[in-house]
Amino acid sequence: MSPDRTPAHPTTAPAHGQATTAGRGQDVIHNIGYRGYEGPRLGRSYARRALFTQSLRGSYGLGRSAKSKVLPMLLFAAVCVPAAILVAVAALTKSKELEVGYAEYVLLMQPLLGIYLAAAAPQAISMDLRFKTTPLYFSRPMERSDYVAAKYAALSAALFLFTAVPVLIMYVGALLVKLDFGDQTKGAVQGLVFCALFALLHAAIAAWIAALTPRRGFGIAAIIVAITVPYFLITALQGIALTSDNSGAIGWLGLGSPGTLLDGIQSRFLDGRSGFPDAQTLTGTQGAVYLVVFVALVACFYALLLRRYRKAGL
Amino acid sequence: MIAIESLSKRFPRVTALDRLTVGIEPGVTGLVGANGAGKSTLIKILLGLSPASEGTASVLGMDVATQGGAIRERVGYMPEHDCLPPDVSATEFVVHMARMSGLPATAARERTADTLRHVGLYEERYRPMGGYSTGMKQRVKLAQALVHDPRLVLLDEPTNGLDPVGRDEMLGLIRRVHTDFGISVLVTSHLLGELERTSDHIVVIDGGKLLRSSSTAEFTQRTAVLAVEVTDTDEHPDGTAALRTALRKAGLVPHEPAPDSAMAPGAGHLVTLDIGGEAQGADESVFDTVRDTAAELGLGLVRMEQRRHQISEVFTERSAGDVA
Repeated sequence: MSPDRTPAHPTTAPAHGQATTAGRGQDVIHNIGYRGYEGPRLGRSYARRALFTQSLRGSYGLGRSAKSKVLPMLLFAAVCVPAAILVAVAALTKSKELEVGYAEYVLLMQPLLGIYLAAAAPQAISMDLRFKTTPLYFSRPMERSDYVAAKYAALSAALFLFTAVPVLIMYVGALLVKLDFGDQTKGAVQGLVFCALFALLHAAIAAWIAALTPRRGFGIAAIIVAITVPYFLITALQGIALTSDNSGAIGWLGLGSPGTLLDGIQSRFLDGRSGFPDAQTLTGTQGAVYLVVFVALVACFYALLLRRYRKAGL
Repeated sequence: MIAIESLSKRFPRVTALDRLTVGIEPGVTGLVGANGAGKSTLIKILLGLSPASEGTASVLGMDVATQGGAIRERVGYMPEHDCLPPDVSATEFVVHMARMSGLPATAARERTADTLRHVGLYEERYRPMGGYSTGMKQRVKLAQALVHDPRLVLLDEPTNGLDPVGRDEMLGLIRRVHTDFGISVLVTSHLLGELERTSDHIVVIDGGKLLRSSSTAEFTQRTAVLAVEVTDTDEHPDGTAALRTALRKAGLVPHEPAPDSAMAPGAGHLVTLDIGGEAQGADESVFDTVRDTAAELGLGLVRMEQRRHQISEVFTERSAGDVA
């Protein structure tokens, strides 16, 4: 007992001396007075929207320190500038179409998108775990599912913007240099659909990985690995399949990584140029399977993400 | 404010709460228990985040099992652990948390400015929180729990990690949350001593069971102790002993010096005597008697201090008795 009590002496002793100084401080605060809040309380859906906006802005470093704006903005510039160059080239060469298709452009930019995602997802998700901010969210009206929905939507939207803006730059540029309006509009719409698919799948994967670790560094590395390694692996396997006269397997192999999955979908359904070896496109059955796998993957990673938060914090 | 009715929470290996029944009235209530006594589990259940194994609980008249969201809208929560991202400023952070509680953007900003000022954060609120002292961080944590003007706040170990001065300030602040802001407080601590100064009512739990629930005044009155320190003079080389004898003549009952009092430095120069037990009015005459006695002896009166920490002894004795 005495170890408990002895340190209590210094706390009780200065209390009297302080009472006067603290009392003066309190007087100042007294004069300002406490005002209650009688206004509206907008509840869950409002909180979800507010969290979405805040996370989306945060993915580009807005509302955060100047330092944290550098990387997203540099990467954003890096995906936009080539789009502008493509337009300039089309204008100079007076060609009938852009050198690179809309969806194809997004696929070409994959390494940059991967880096951006690897930086944005841990920022949006791991940091709340690392600094244990999640209990503050869950002690408020929102449910865990609201939190997950807002974070996933924000990450998807951030990635969508990241890919859609260059597509729009190409489209506006294409119209300015008077390429065929119908062709370009159709291509751009398909490109935007592809951006959305790309964002939904990759955000789900990255969000789940980021939710597994409170460490930003691990998150970044794991996301880059998860996105690039399967892609290169599958592309290599497809190459082997082609050289070993198993070209029928190329389409099925493509299911094995998010990158090739999306590549297959865009070449089959969005009039894109296939990035597969031999520029193979999918058969009807393969196309259907690709779509089913796409939906299943997104749903699966989202469910995993929800499950991750069932026990997180508080 | 809170009604808990034979509430149990069992985990596969441990029973965190065991048929706990207790009512909590408006005001400041201290929830005391050792680590693992079930305090955090109770808070989780009260916020509607964890279902109870059996029993019921209601907060602000709402059932925790079915109206968790509505409860959380009107209740604030300050966690025990660190929960502040270091790269945002207190203002941005608290505004965000206000919006998470459902406040519209403008209201969130106004309430944030008000609340941060009330908890005593001024210029530093625009700086990233990574550079804050523990005391400042605790203030921000308190502010985010108060920003939506809840009717009740649950504070989990708010004095953890604070130095004595910071602890006193935090305890004063908690007191003001009730007296000035009109918000009821449930504050947990494993130190009874610090809760008795802020709380109107104290609930002690141990091993998920209720040990005791009673008003603080009841105990303070019974156990208040006056400690007097005097100087030695040539006439009275042992001033303490002289005072003790004189006080006994004056009809007071000073405590005998504890045999091991020499162990604690300075403790030998203290005379302690009970001043509680009788009506509160008796206190002042005791102070006068002590002062006059010391003056007559020509001793320098270094300090007279009313101590209350012995409450903890009462509780421990009682809880030991209750358990047995």
